[in-house]
Amino acid sequence: MKFTLNGKSRNVAAPPMKRLLDVLRQECGLTGTKEGCGEGECGACTVLVDGQPVNSCLVPFGQVQGADVVTIEGLGGNPPLQESFVVEGGAQCGICTPGMILAAAALPRGASLAEIRVGLAGNICRCTGYTAIYRAVRRAGRKAPARRRKR
Amino acid sequence: MGATSKTRAVGRNVLRKEGREKVTGAAKYVDDLEFRGMLHGRTVRSTIPRGEIARVRLGFNRDGFTVADWRDVPGRNTIALIELDQPCLAEREVRHFAEPILLLAHADRDRLIEADVSIDYRPAEPVFDAERSPHCFKEIAIAKGDLARGLEDADLVVEGEYRVGHQEQLYIETNGVIAVPENGGITVYGSLQCPYYVHRALTVLLALPPEKVRVVQAETGGGFGGKEEYPSMIAGHACLLALKSGRPVKIVYDRVEDMVATTKRHPGVIRHRTGVRRDGRLTAMEIDVLLDGGAYMTLSPVVLSRGVIHSTGPYRCDHVRIRGRVVMTNTPPNGAFRGFGAPQTQFAAEVHMERIAEALGMDPVKLRQKNAFRPGDTTATGQKLGGDTSALAVLGEAVRRSGFHEKRRAWRGTDRGIGLALFFHGSGFTGGGEVKLASKAALELTETGVRILVASTEIGQGTRTMHAQIVADALGIPYERVEVEAADTGRVPDSGPTVASRTCMVVGKILERCALEIRAKLGKMSPKEYLAAHGQLVVTKEYTGPDGLYWDDDTYRGDAYGAYGWGCDVVEVERDPVTCEVRPTRVTAVQEIGKAIHPVLAAGQIEGGTAQGIGYALLEEVSMREGRMANAQLTNYLVPTTLDTPEMDVAILENPYEHGPSGAKGVGEMPIDGPAPAIVNAIRSLGIDVRAIPATPERILEAPRLSSPAPRVGSGRAPRRIPRVSTP
Repeated sequence: MKFTLNGKSRNVAAPPMKRLLDVLRQECGLTGTKEGCGEGECGACTVLVDGQPVNSCLVPFGQVQGADVVTIEGLGGNPPLQESFVVEGGAQCGICTPGMILAAAALPRGASLAEIRVGLAGNICRCTGYTAIYRAVRRAGRKAPARRRKR
Repeated sequence: MGATSKTRAVGRNVLRKEGREKVTGAAKYVDDLEFRGMLHGRTVRSTIPRGEIARVRLGFNRDGFTVADWRDVPGRNTIALIELDQPCLAEREVRHFAEPILLLAHADRDRLIEADVSIDYRPAEPVFDAERSPHCFKEIAIAKGDLARGLEDADLVVEGEYRVGHQEQLYIETNGVIAVPENGGITVYGSLQCPYYVHRALTVLLALPPEKVRVVQAETGGGFGGKEEYPSMIAGHACLLALKSGRPVKIVYDRVEDMVATTKRHPGVIRHRTGVRRDGRLTAMEIDVLLDGGAYMTLSPVVLSRGVIHSTGPYRCDHVRIRGRVVMTNTPPNGAFRGFGAPQTQFAAEVHMERIAEALGMDPVKLRQKNAFRPGDTTATGQKLGGDTSALAVLGEAVRRSGFHEKRRAWRGTDRGIGLALFFHGSGFTGGGEVKLASKAALELTETGVRILVASTEIGQGTRTMHAQIVADALGIPYERVEVEAADTGRVPDSGPTVASRTCMVVGKILERCALEIRAKLGKMSPKEYLAAHGQLVVTKEYTGPDGLYWDDDTYRGDAYGAYGWGCDVVEVERDPVTCEVRPTRVTAVQEIGKAIHPVLAAGQIEGGTAQGIGYALLEEVSMREGRMANAQLTNYLVPTTLDTPEMDVAILENPYEHGPSGAKGVGEMPIDGPAPAIVNAIRSLGIDVRAIPATPERILEAPRLSSPAPRVGSGRAPRRIPRVSTP
């Protein structure tokens, strides 16, 4: 099945009902996407599908045919969001961080605190109490224009 | 040393050592690791809370399967911790739901999960009510002064009973390990807090000499105590399967299994009877603490110990009697969770304090100011408190910053409430624990600096970063030149477990001593020159307590902790009059921690612990039905999301402890002690008499209403007749 993964065209053979999360981790070897609950509650497995954050534990692989999928590995080295998560303490244990950063990447440019809270409400972090995550997102917003998202 | 650093690292927000790996997805957690020929493991668990195993039937084709039960244990079938009461695999008796009985492994995960195993039992009558338990794991008594005299001196005696529920740690990465048979022994890679706990448990279980067991911490996605003792169990299971199959075996729990089977915070019932003078001075405190330990001992005696020592709250009183018990029930064993008994008992202490203020008709801040510990005061165990005692300072700052009095006045009669809690938390192991642990830490000289060798684990709190800062400054080198070795028992000495708010204050201090010795040895030489001239240099140091610390475990008298952190939380809440839901709208958290080695990381501990405390107070309810957690999934066990977590104003105060590195005390646990009582006290300010958590809308709906205004105390003392103002 063909889809775009982190900007590159991929053809991956996997059962269409297999969870996108498992295909990314097993077939594609991208283990940056994490499983936290397996039922779409915690958001640790968040990836972007056509620019939208989705819980990859709830998405059957067949559903991303022809779609543009971005995982944490696809954000590359050190864009502002990643850097500000380190600087502001937005990542503690790090297990929710890839999903959190991808959910944050999908926020509108210059999002207010209220918009950030709503936008990240599907991503549970047990370490930070979220405060440092808000600081990180706002810092990244100040430092650089929001990452251009492919549609 | 060659290139000395002009900038100190301590007190600065240096970059987290493993920060880049965590934000790029490169960090490897246990489920991200693969080994050639690896099998997946599965644990078959009991489906009844108590009884005997009658028959085990395997209803699947055993091709490619490895099956293990207790008869495959080469050593002693136990999880070695405090008492050897908990089997790794049940033999005949089952004491709780989800007790491990049988292990399966297969290369194909789907086949593994589908494999049908049925077990017949002869059920027995379970005990779920801690107050009716036939077996007490540990009882502790603390006595100071003369309780009867203190009660006689009182103008008023206030009694109360307070209840706290289970709480699930809910680290986002579930428990998981991989066991790899190699070199005639076994290596375990795992998500864990305490590599040497696992190491010791495996030597007993597998009857292997210590050098044949190696435990390596993988990057760990949160612990909060939930990966303190439990990893010994899951590691034992993986090892049994690995040794039997001769292949690496990975076991990673799914969320339901993790919640159903692993340890939680102890639920409890805490009763207070307190004598107080009309002017607010406490004259007597009688406290009874009952904790539900679950089916096996695990760490329950130590949880109880910290619980009872903190049960007075940070208040001075000459006449104190505390009795604590932790008992057995037929529920999955409870264990370590951030705070370790103190959140339970300080919830009770602080709600009780509020009720005393209500009974006296006294300002709750004034009552606390009157009784809060000062330097030189003695605790219930007779410990004389040091100059770093900061109860009054945190209270004053929190009240000022939050505008507590103004808001309380302005919001009277509305659906907005405000409450506070004053608390303290001992850093390090209780009593003589640190002396018994005799932790070691080491530094190894590298070409450009040093490498830290400790078994202290990074579980989100910033261990590697904070340790490297302490070492960099003691050596006078840049932070970047300090490397940190993986927490691998094959490479690092036993620095004790990563628990009890001890990693900075205790292990950090040992590292500081190592660094000072290296600095002296180097003199004016650079590391490279030293290595060329003298060869390898590793300096290892062992814990030495401050002089004069004394503890008697038999009488429970003495210095319970080397130092205490001090905290005060003020929480503002809003009640929905229709749904009875109470939401926190703002938290002011003021905490005195000696020295913030890394202010962003320290604030992160406070913010995160506070959020967990909010969950404990309002949301997180473990619903036990017939000894089984009925809501073992994130859909109905609710932890705070962004929308449940209010704005936080965190202030860190620094009152240095002379024996901590740069004056630092512990910070990891204390933040979870305060939010629950502060929230319940805020709910009380709305006129609702809540004395149990979580304070769900159902509990708030059913709670009695407080008569308003609070009863005032009449004039004239009645020395012999002791008025009772409240029912337990």
